[in-house]
Amino acid sequence: MFNNPDLLKAIFGRLTLESLPFHEPILVVTFLAVALGGAAVVGAITYYRLWSYLWREWFTSVDHKRIGVMYIVLGLVMLLRGFSDALMMRLQQAVAFNGSEGYLPAHHYDQIFTAHGVIMIFFVAMPLVTGLMNYVVPLQIGARDVAFPFLNNFSFWMTAAGAVLVMMSLFVGEFARTGWLAYPPLSNIGYSPDVGVDYYIWSLQIAGIGTLLSGVNLVATIVKMRAPGMTMMKMPVFTWTALCTNVLIVAAFPVLTAVLAMLSLDRYVGTDFFTNDFGGSPMMYVNLIWIWGHPEVYILVLPAFGVFSEVTSTFSGKRLFGYTSMVYATVVITILSYLVWLHHFFTMGSGASVNSFFGITTMIISIPTGAKLFNWLFTMYHGRIRYELPMMWTVAFMLTFVLGGMTGVLLAVPPADFVLHNSLFLIAHFHNVIIGGVVFGAFAGIAYWFPKVTGFKLDPFWGKLSFWFWVSGFYFAFMPLYVLGFMGVTRRLRVFHDPSLQIWFVIAGFGAFLILLGILAFLVQIVVSIRNREALRDVTGDPWNARTLEWSTSSPPPPYNFAFTPVIHDNDAWWDMKKRGYERPLGGFNPIHMPKNTAAGIILAGISVVFGFAMIWYIWWLAALSFVALIATTIGHTFNYNRDFYIPVDEVVHCERARTQLLSGQA
Amino acid sequence: MNRIRTFALLPFIVLLSGCNAVVLHPSGDVAVQQRDLVIISTILMLLIIVPVMALTVFFAWRYRHTNTSATYEPDWDHSTHLELIIWSAPLLIIICLGALTWMATHLLDPFRPIGRTAPGQVVEHGTKTLKVNVVALDWKWLFIYPDYGIATVNELAAPVDEPIDFQITSSSVMNSFFVPALAGQVYAMPGMQTKLHAVINKPGVYEGISANYSGAGFSGMHFKFHGLSAGDFDKWVAEVKSGTDKLSREKYLQLEKPSENVPVIKFGAVDAGLYKAILNMCVEPGKMCMNEMSAIDAKGGLGLAGIRNVLPLEYDKYARRGSTVLGPKKTPVASICTKTNPEGVNVEKTPPKPVKAMPVLGAGLPQPGLSNQSPASQRPSNS
Repeated sequence: MFNNPDLLKAIFGRLTLESLPFHEPILVVTFLAVALGGAAVVGAITYYRLWSYLWREWFTSVDHKRIGVMYIVLGLVMLLRGFSDALMMRLQQAVAFNGSEGYLPAHHYDQIFTAHGVIMIFFVAMPLVTGLMNYVVPLQIGARDVAFPFLNNFSFWMTAAGAVLVMMSLFVGEFARTGWLAYPPLSNIGYSPDVGVDYYIWSLQIAGIGTLLSGVNLVATIVKMRAPGMTMMKMPVFTWTALCTNVLIVAAFPVLTAVLAMLSLDRYVGTDFFTNDFGGSPMMYVNLIWIWGHPEVYILVLPAFGVFSEVTSTFSGKRLFGYTSMVYATVVITILSYLVWLHHFFTMGSGASVNSFFGITTMIISIPTGAKLFNWLFTMYHGRIRYELPMMWTVAFMLTFVLGGMTGVLLAVPPADFVLHNSLFLIAHFHNVIIGGVVFGAFAGIAYWFPKVTGFKLDPFWGKLSFWFWVSGFYFAFMPLYVLGFMGVTRRLRVFHDPSLQIWFVIAGFGAFLILLGILAFLVQIVVSIRNREALRDVTGDPWNARTLEWSTSSPPPPYNFAFTPVIHDNDAWWDMKKRGYERPLGGFNPIHMPKNTAAGIILAGISVVFGFAMIWYIWWLAALSFVALIATTIGHTFNYNRDFYIPVDEVVHCERARTQLLSGQA
Repeated sequence: MNRIRTFALLPFIVLLSGCNAVVLHPSGDVAVQQRDLVIISTILMLLIIVPVMALTVFFAWRYRHTNTSATYEPDWDHSTHLELIIWSAPLLIIICLGALTWMATHLLDPFRPIGRTAPGQVVEHGTKTLKVNVVALDWKWLFIYPDYGIATVNELAAPVDEPIDFQITSSSVMNSFFVPALAGQVYAMPGMQTKLHAVINKPGVYEGISANYSGAGFSGMHFKFHGLSAGDFDKWVAEVKSGTDKLSREKYLQLEKPSENVPVIKFGAVDAGLYKAILNMCVEPGKMCMNEMSAIDAKGGLGLAGIRNVLPLEYDKYARRGSTVLGPKKTPVASICTKTNPEGVNVEKTPPKPVKAMPVLGAGLPQPGLSNQSPASQRPSNS
């Protein structure tokens, strides 16, 4: 039976023993490390008998708070993977001089820079911002959950399924060697016949479904489920940015889905959307992917802007300056983000008028962004700024982001872009805005809302250590890249011929090492905070003397968030309630109608992984089977009418009484 | 944090003064103008960036929690005057920058012939211009000099102060043609032609690269660009011409196969229609050129008969060797007769051999292969 190649091919498709990278020692060692680490985690969970708890309370949970936390955990885990890729690249580029090939062959190196980009955008930045929005938005608008709780759980698991496929490519087969946007013709079957690009396509398609649905969900939640009195212009700014981000998601992600679907048709059935011959146009792909790709940048950074708005006004002890102009700035950015995509390829030969149009629209985006920055600045003005960790991240953001914004506008000038396009200057620029904006924002958000999630603050010492390592590491890692860009060095090079460049790559490598220390300090911070949780405990639910509604409930909030839906009179709702001497209701509770947990999300995502894997490896019988299973499970789930329950009054009373005791103990 | 950054930047500034930042010290007039634009826009933006950063640091320090002497206005959240400044200051700068961008983008459009070779040196009508056809191959650069009938691989030369007219294409995937000292980059794409007009003002040897990742051999895809005085350039041309190697179509088909870190190759002679054939994806005998196909389509196409025979139109070369999941693309042509094989080969049984394939003929088009001159060279390119 094993001698029959046709039969083996029918069963295993392209998958053979050679697909496993036994010949790459780096990967074997990595695999052993991951396997041992994974076994340790599984062993620990089994030893402490946590499986059933995790399954009941987390994996199948439809509670937006639990799902938000799972998103953030996913983002942090994938950060470790994406950052390992970054370290390997920095090391390769620091040593591949004077005739040395470095330690990574092209086959491996090219996968690493592709995986780094894909993972950092789709599986680190996206889960981090989605996680924050998922956790915070319903609390900020006084809702008990999102509009479609099951969809929320399903979205998360689809994102996780995409991440699982990307991780799988590390040990079974290979990942794409095309750069993170997989431009054809290089990504077409003729030039990338292996499984790498298929891993890319299917992981993004599966994760993309999750992202799109979570976008729909949050838009519906924000539009329909705000507490009475909260008009659009009384929404907290974070909720506003979340709304704009999710509108962008709903409008942009279908483009990604469509363009990847066309690429897979080219690869699987021989259509000619993006081929060189038969009238195919690779330029069309480049346009389409950036029509998704540029809004994606704002999808990531708008929620970060929201975090900074909340943090600045909370820690300055002041109302946010220019709320209305802040909102309009956000909306203008949302709209303009669709009118700038061509600035990613001025050098592809569009005419001067087209190039200048897109260059100028890009510059116009900097006006509302600049206005936002001024608004934060004047929120600090005449304030009383407490330098807790979230505020430190915010100030670092303000100083770092303006630099990135400036180099961004510089790149928007087409003739300047002609000499800087694709250079390390560009790399420095977008890391400058993504790390300085999104990553700093995520860390500020995590530090800010951590006490809400857990009931205790993060340890400040390790947090500050992490902060300083990250910020100084960022400058060491990326300022040299600006310089290298001016020296005419392009991105994605594996070996170098000019020895005078080496010193810059060594400095950048040192910066990456500092960032590594920053990440480790962050992980230590989490562990230390959990160990010292009694000392860091906050019983008030409002440790920062904050302003928005999420701080009015207990930390961690009860499953139902609010026993009574609050009524809103001001955009700093909780500040307003505190000022007016708000009294917590102590009686008159009713049973609370809540959605029930379901395993359908994780099951569907699991089947999707199988389907994606089968499509990648051409295992047609398995692909057909899993597709049928997917449809059947989906239909089956619609017949599940047992979807809700009531939290009995006794439980609500019990919960609220516990909080009353905590609060009085405090007083 | 700011102190840290000052310290972090200090060694950079010291090192930068000693290093060769070619983008800031270019040797070609176009790149010089692009450099000037980089500097002017940076200064324009610094007009607002510097005050913002200074204010950030000042406010962050002044209104710290411990400084109880600073004013504290917890409910102050609006000022129409400030809002006006906040929105109009960036707006003014962007208006200036936008006007600058509009003009510079049109003046420095790489497709537009240059108007001057140096400040004050206007290019007169009929000035001698060096034409270079650039082809990005996997993974090397081919330069064809149509006026001299020579070609080089991974070496480019041009006389100083003479306008250069690059026509750029690629054989397989996207690349970007970039000589930082000379002028900005332009993408090289298969089946399409982009253009770049530039001039080099100082003699010297400059680095040229591909600035768009194109596969495994990408890192080795660089070349030397020689800026030569007029006399030296003539000598260089004579030296290349003296070589006996001729770049025929067969030789090109060998050359375009993937190879890495290719040393300089010089061809003393070039097939006259080669570049047009590369651009129209019909170097292989029996292939229909894209411009022919466009011409046929412009006349209404070949109707149903035309969609049956797709063999001469297939180009994505590695794809034909490999295939998609569903196997090689089916061609409904039962057999193909050629002069050398009048019986025809059975397409169903043997894999398609494009070399033997008969091109589809359009109305009024000469039959390729029958005349020595390629039809591609008689027609304008498709781009």
